[in-house]
Amino acid sequence: MSSGLYSMEKKDFDKTFDKTRVKAYGDTMNDGKVQLSFTLPLPYSDEAKEAARQLALKMGIEEPNVTYMMDLGVGYTFFVVYGSCIHSVDATKIVVPKVETNTMSMDEVDEYIRKNIGRKVVVVGACTGTDAHTVGIDAIMNMKGYAGHYGLERYQMIDAYNLGSQVPNEVLVAKAIEVNADAILVSQVVTQKNVHIPNMTELVEIVEAEGIRDRVILVAGGPRISHELAKELGYDAGFGAGSFAEDVASFIVQEMVARGIK
Amino acid sequence: MAYIHLNEELIKRAREAARNIAIDTQKFIDVHSTVAIERTIARLYGIDGVDENGVPLPNRIVDHIKENGALEDGLTYYLVNAVLETNLSTQEIAEEVAKGNLNIVKLNKHSIEEIQRKAYELAYPMVERIKSNRKKREDMISKIGEGDKPYLYVIVATGNIYEDVVQAQSAAKQGADIIAVIRTTGQSLLDYVPYGATTEGFGGTYATQENFRIMRKALDEVSYEVGRYIRLCNYCSGLCMPEIAAMGAMERLDVMLNDALYGILFRDINMQRTIVDQFFSRVINGFAGVIINTGEDNYLTTADAVEAAHTVLASQFINEQFAKMAGIPEEQMGLGHAFEMNPDLKDGFLLELAQAQMARQIFPKAPLKYMPPTKFMTGNIFKGHIQDALFNVVSIWTHQGIQLLGMLTEAIHTPFISDRALSIENARYIFNNMKSIGDEIEFKRGGIVERRANEVLSKATMLLEEIEREGLFTTLEKGIFADIKRSRYAGKGLDGVFTKGENYINAFIPLMLGGVDNE
Repeated sequence: MSSGLYSMEKKDFDKTFDKTRVKAYGDTMNDGKVQLSFTLPLPYSDEAKEAARQLALKMGIEEPNVTYMMDLGVGYTFFVVYGSCIHSVDATKIVVPKVETNTMSMDEVDEYIRKNIGRKVVVVGACTGTDAHTVGIDAIMNMKGYAGHYGLERYQMIDAYNLGSQVPNEVLVAKAIEVNADAILVSQVVTQKNVHIPNMTELVEIVEAEGIRDRVILVAGGPRISHELAKELGYDAGFGAGSFAEDVASFIVQEMVARGIK
Repeated sequence: MAYIHLNEELIKRAREAARNIAIDTQKFIDVHSTVAIERTIARLYGIDGVDENGVPLPNRIVDHIKENGALEDGLTYYLVNAVLETNLSTQEIAEEVAKGNLNIVKLNKHSIEEIQRKAYELAYPMVERIKSNRKKREDMISKIGEGDKPYLYVIVATGNIYEDVVQAQSAAKQGADIIAVIRTTGQSLLDYVPYGATTEGFGGTYATQENFRIMRKALDEVSYEVGRYIRLCNYCSGLCMPEIAAMGAMERLDVMLNDALYGILFRDINMQRTIVDQFFSRVINGFAGVIINTGEDNYLTTADAVEAAHTVLASQFINEQFAKMAGIPEEQMGLGHAFEMNPDLKDGFLLELAQAQMARQIFPKAPLKYMPPTKFMTGNIFKGHIQDALFNVVSIWTHQGIQLLGMLTEAIHTPFISDRALSIENARYIFNNMKSIGDEIEFKRGGIVERRANEVLSKATMLLEEIEREGLFTTLEKGIFADIKRSRYAGKGLDGVFTKGENYINAFIPLMLGGVDNE
């Protein structure tokens, strides 16, 4: 089905990079090349292939090329499609909310705490609700950390309490009050059907009802959590995939100082 | 078959230590029971269904005995006595108890000998049913055949049992040999088993007896269609471990996740509860011909796969001995391990190979369950597909028994229908294309693989001998497995554990222990 090694396509479009009209890039500026794959609930057939092509056209893929199709049994077919996406974005107008702190190393965080807070910072964390996946909270909190980035338990100036998984929000908040926590970390890994949204919202409500919202820093994390989502739900920060303990620790301590928490 | 020189003396010592650990723990098991075990006995005596509030009748009748302060005698004593006294069926008795019309603890008591005799008599039909399920499986396999090992194991997890059926049948047609229906998040912590067909779940589908039945029927259909017996797997863990085993035995499930320590470490279930529950669940699984899968792979998701490799081996030894205690033959011991080392590691592939080959040689008959990379899967599906390919190479090289297929979209979502198809394609390509590599290539004497395997073996032996000295419960309290510490007096489900009283009867243990050749 593929056309071979050499592309014979005409390339008679403007090849100048324009930051206000950025298109996908394959091998030539503004060629708009994208790859996608999807399944249609249609039996493996020429008609199904045509359906895949037409769907790609509707997505704004010009000259869609169905390079591969696979019979999945039960009357379904999987497709790989290449083509040129007609759409562009204006990259000069993009604003992405980010956690605005400088990330410090573990030693720098400890030093920062000694200098600016003068006592140990207390952090409690858990994977809340029905979520049983501790991988996120463990990566941030456990002594060993993740990928060579030590977790909060190893920080000399941080007292870290990792409550593990499937912790009810009430229990997490109760622990935070008991140990006088400066920050609460919530990890959410399972996000199917948005189960994390009501759960994360409930935590904020409990923290507010307990009257401790002003004196704790609320941080959410997980592979599908963005800073923007976290802020929207009433958290102080959200950390997505690729965040490490020092990112979280740096945010907490600088936010404490900014808020005058001592 | 591939072979590395392992220190046989160490293997012997390790196995001996694990055996002593299991014997020591069995002393505790033998004098205890739990509410989950009593509910299981209720189910095995044919009690099913829910009351008007949706509470399962097995829970109602066991709670009834507990509320009357008589739990130490166990369910059998009161239930069977009630049958003798009222001439009602076990199901009718449960219904009457649930309606508040009958107090089975306060009935006139027949002699213990008479109750015991009747307890066995009433147990036979279920024992026969489970035996005939086992025979049905064996007949189907001899008639239509089964896939080659490693069995391709895939997961469905839509939350809706009817959607699961579509996904499962599709996967079977693409080449899967085992279909596991992932349970909904949090089910392991429910102290009851939900009832009926379910269409809502998060990250998985409720394990219910009706859902088991629906999926078994669908897989039988597709088995005949594809000319391969397709095995069904579910999760025999959590607070309802033995109940799920019983339901699986009744509905002819073939594979069950069933670890002696997993719930303690990863679900914070009380260790006394899990240890006692796992025994009865394994007695049932053993008798039903179910392959159990143990959960050592999970250690490596919290601890480092290189540093903690010996804890995996130590746990395999312990799981093997616990399984033996419960009468599970080696051919049904799907001991677990995983391909979870950091892909940036130099020669990491050789270390994975060493671990897999070592497990193969130490547990030669066990259908080892090999778990795919998850911890270092990133969302880069292209690299992920290659990580899964390397995992498949190790598996065919070292003759693993059950291959839980890695998904290129691991860390993104529960698998799409196409993700599963691509991963099956990946495994079939490698399993066929590299079929005899283990028979062709010999490991270098004193090389990286041999040295690594012996290092892990030696550390595992030392660990097992330490556990043997300290006892299993103390070891768990110290956090040796998966860096997780658990107290024997904390965790979920402790209040469901009790010491057996003098009237305590569980007829199913003697009837099932040791498999079908027991009589």
